[in-house]
Amino acid sequence: MSRWEKLKRDPRAAWAAFILLAVLLAVLPFLTDTLLSRTWVRILDFVLLYIMLALGLNIVVGFAGLLDLGYVAFFAVGAYLYALLASPHFGIHLPFWALLPLGAGVTCIFGVLLGAPTLRLRGDYLAIVTLGFGEIIRIFLNNLNAPVNITNGPQGVNKIDPVSFGGFSLNQTHQVFGIHFSPVHNYYYLFLALTILVIFISMRMQDSRIGRAWVAVREDEVAAKAMGINTRNIKLLAFAMGASFGGVSGGLFAAFQGFISPESFTLIESIMILCMVVLGGMGNIAGVVLGVVLLVVLPEALRYIGPAEQALFGRILVDPADLRMLIFGLALILVMLFRPAGLLPSTIRKREFEAEDEAVVESETPA
Amino acid sequence: MKFSHGFAFAILAATLGLPGCGKEQAPSSELVVKIGSVAPLTGPQAHLGKDNDNGARLAIDEVNATGVTIGGKKVKFELISEDDQADPKTATIVAQKLVDQKVNAVIGHLNSGATIPASKIYHDAGVVQISPSATAIPYTQQGFKNAFRVMTNDEQQGKVLGEFAVKQMAAKKIAIIDDRTAYGQGLADQFEKAAKAGGGEILAREYTTDRATDFLAILTSIKGRQPDLVFYGGMDAQGGPMVKQMRSLGLNAKFLGGDGAQSREFIKIAGADAEGVTASSPGLPLEKMPGGREFLKKFESKYGKIQIYAPYAYDAAMTLIEAMKKADSVDPAKYLPALATIQRNGVTGPIAFDAKGDVKGGAVTLYQVKGGNWVPLQTLGQEAPPAADVPPAADGKSPFSAGY
Amino acid sequence: MDIFLQQIINGVVLGSVYALVALGYTMVYGILGLINFAHGEVVMIGAMVALAVINALTGSALPGPVIVLLGLLVAMPTCMALGYGIERFAYRPLRHAPRLAPLITAIGVSIVLQNSAMIIWGRQYIPFPPLLPSKPHFIAGAVISDLQIFIVLLAALIMVGLLFLVHRTRLGRAMRATAQNAEVAGLMGVNINTIISITFVVGSALAAVAGVMVSGYYGLAHYYMGFSLGLKAFTAAVLGGIGNFGGAMLGGLLLGIIESLGAGYIGPLTGGFLGSNYQDVFAFFVLILVLVFRPSGLLGERIAERA
Repeated sequence: MSRWEKLKRDPRAAWAAFILLAVLLAVLPFLTDTLLSRTWVRILDFVLLYIMLALGLNIVVGFAGLLDLGYVAFFAVGAYLYALLASPHFGIHLPFWALLPLGAGVTCIFGVLLGAPTLRLRGDYLAIVTLGFGEIIRIFLNNLNAPVNITNGPQGVNKIDPVSFGGFSLNQTHQVFGIHFSPVHNYYYLFLALTILVIFISMRMQDSRIGRAWVAVREDEVAAKAMGINTRNIKLLAFAMGASFGGVSGGLFAAFQGFISPESFTLIESIMILCMVVLGGMGNIAGVVLGVVLLVVLPEALRYIGPAEQALFGRILVDPADLRMLIFGLALILVMLFRPAGLLPSTIRKREFEAEDEAVVESETPA
Repeated sequence: MKFSHGFAFAILAATLGLPGCGKEQAPSSELVVKIGSVAPLTGPQAHLGKDNDNGARLAIDEVNATGVTIGGKKVKFELISEDDQADPKTATIVAQKLVDQKVNAVIGHLNSGATIPASKIYHDAGVVQISPSATAIPYTQQGFKNAFRVMTNDEQQGKVLGEFAVKQMAAKKIAIIDDRTAYGQGLADQFEKAAKAGGGEILAREYTTDRATDFLAILTSIKGRQPDLVFYGGMDAQGGPMVKQMRSLGLNAKFLGGDGAQSREFIKIAGADAEGVTASSPGLPLEKMPGGREFLKKFESKYGKIQIYAPYAYDAAMTLIEAMKKADSVDPAKYLPALATIQRNGVTGPIAFDAKGDVKGGAVTLYQVKGGNWVPLQTLGQEAPPAADVPPAADGKSPFSAGY
Repeated sequence: MDIFLQQIINGVVLGSVYALVALGYTMVYGILGLINFAHGEVVMIGAMVALAVINALTGSALPGPVIVLLGLLVAMPTCMALGYGIERFAYRPLRHAPRLAPLITAIGVSIVLQNSAMIIWGRQYIPFPPLLPSKPHFIAGAVISDLQIFIVLLAALIMVGLLFLVHRTRLGRAMRATAQNAEVAGLMGVNINTIISITFVVGSALAAVAGVMVSGYYGLAHYYMGFSLGLKAFTAAVLGGIGNFGGAMLGGLLLGIIESLGAGYIGPLTGGFLGSNYQDVFAFFVLILVLVFRPSGLLGERIAERA
């Protein structure tokens, strides 16, 4: 810890680390491509996409302490907005640079609309209402193919335009300076740029007046109100910000996949995103990133149990497909048992957690 | 943290073990041909996914046992099974993984929602894909030359079902229920179109979900309209309880379903109420096809009862291998033309593809539950396939009329 | 009119099914303030274990209901042991952890139970043999079967039983004391760990009963059945006011009736614009409306505000 603190204070070390990180991130897809396989580049893409999503949820759950179980709704709205306005479904083909801000804006409004009725609710009641909103949105998307076909219902929307800048489509392999950039590589760089932007916004928000107001609301809403914080606006702002991150990643998801259907936006997805946030360390940006990396990579890495069993025992003992999700579930339990505040807890939370033992028993148990 | 070691090991094994996997077991004269098999092996549809996987595996094992020579080399087929969890996102990752492993073909995926996004990746990589069970129309309308299916699409099957309901079952007043999945909704929409065109009146269109168990509410409101036929677009796990609940409410209309309902499970779940239920299944009755009985015997002795789509996965694998043999090459670019023009008898019926990759002719057989077994009634929608000499109806005494 | 009556009957029966599961949720919540997300999976395990016994005994000379009872008698201790284990190993170590930590372990436990059930009992749907009497009765043109009447009565009976347990017994007093303030209860000589374990064991026994009834009623069981059932039951518990037994019963019944009427009448009400596909939207809409006006559910007390 102290070494880390020292490093943090040394500007030269900070710069060196920064440059090292930048170079690493820049060559990462090529590294994974050669060392592992193209699959892992695609998985990297999803990691970045989910970092954006999870950081959005982190604002709501981590910063403002509002348990949202329907977060995937904003992901869905963003994805459908992009898909409907850039596909042959309506014959509209808006450009990517117009759709992304539009997606952020529309989901922002959705965030406020869905957040407003929940302002009085707390804890588990808030959770079930947000869960309800998530399901309502999914059900509408799944059924709005009749009487007027808006979303194409369960069949989903196909042939969504890829992201392209002018004539430069990210869905094609390009050759720059003799290096081949395949679609998954192209999207990696786009996602990386936006992820860095989202991380930057998150960090600035966290350290701003608003960020501190969120923490105040999270810790004690009544006290926050007494201190002159407009808790209504500050909560709505958290919903709106979180939603817009979700909307942007939804749009990117639609463009990247080229096809979306309501199956991608189920409650399980909301729960998985929440797991990423909590597992990594709620309220801590680095923790959330770590949580995402773990929960996206783990199920994919566990696909290699088959070969692993083969290598270890010389034959397949247990059907790997049977084991994969079982181990994933066990991993969730074990990580939480050993690191209840998450893998990288936020400093404030950690402080609370270490000092709270007696106080918490009382406040955590209902009357 | 015990867990992180296991995780590190998995990665290690992945990087070290994978490239050599499979090849090391085969002598150099033997050519190892990898075929991917993708279906949900976990999650709510895992029973169907495992069934598909078993179907494909049986075909591969069978061919390996007899031995095949392609391009002058002895070929050993290797099936790589992957779990797409019926999730469109996971489906693309799995598709990429199979492409990376340089599979020569893919059998999959199970659901349309997973099949369509994955098909783009197979298309870009030039890998041939045959889906044994995806029925959504858009799958083969993407202009992908490498995408096929051995299952009729919603339009082909829905049309046959709609006409059958109006003409053969003499239904005038019809109620339709679907489960709001791509499959159920697609089939129900096409059924509605055909039934209306045939002069049937659609009294009610009701909906449920693919997780539901209680249908009393929608059945009660259907009962109020007094239809003479209820059509259900969805799977057996809902169809079975649905029939039971229909009968318990005293709703005695005929029940008609698609291939999702035409399973042994359906009869087991619905029990005595299954009697008289009609459902369709693409292709011809298994026991009418050459090799069908042997397939059934072999499958059941190895994996137990068929769920629904195993015979189609088996056919998909056999058709692929047949095309490779015909083209004398395992290179997708070379055997693709042979596959596109193939004409063979599979266990589910004659298999040939049209220009889009849909199964040509689109024969659909209707079955009815009699004495606790599915008994073939009639095969419809056939357009002069290679094996046209199929007797129209069955006696119901054959030991294999149990259906699948 | 018989259609309307039938829909009400459908709703009451469905609601009782929800209530059976919701009572287990609410019991754990009332004592611990913890959403036991794995409760639905315990219900599933109960159904699976019972079915294994039932399928082994089917064909013997025993009468149907006796076979089912035997299945239940095996399923109950299994679930009780399971509930004890879940609490002991997945929740107890986290009793003082941040609120969301046990939620994540609960999700982990759900995944583990689901996949274990898949490995043990296979991926296919398991039919429940028709052993329970389902003789129909006709009331003013509507139908209700023996089994349906039994389910409604059973749910009510269990609710009364739980109320008695919590409000009229020594154990119940200890439970209430633990719920109000675990630490003080501990100082007063209540063994908190034992009380919480008992709560889980009783809740899991209820889950076994619910599992057997649900799978018997609908005629099938599947390793994935716990998820949506648990979700609906949880919704019902919250609607009624989580932590309150009467609330779970009321919430369950209400949710069942809302769903039935929603599926039956949402079409005519919206002029055919919305159909039964919006059944769940309708249910959630009512739930949200209730919570907006009564933020602690219908019968929930306004509990001390917690972050």
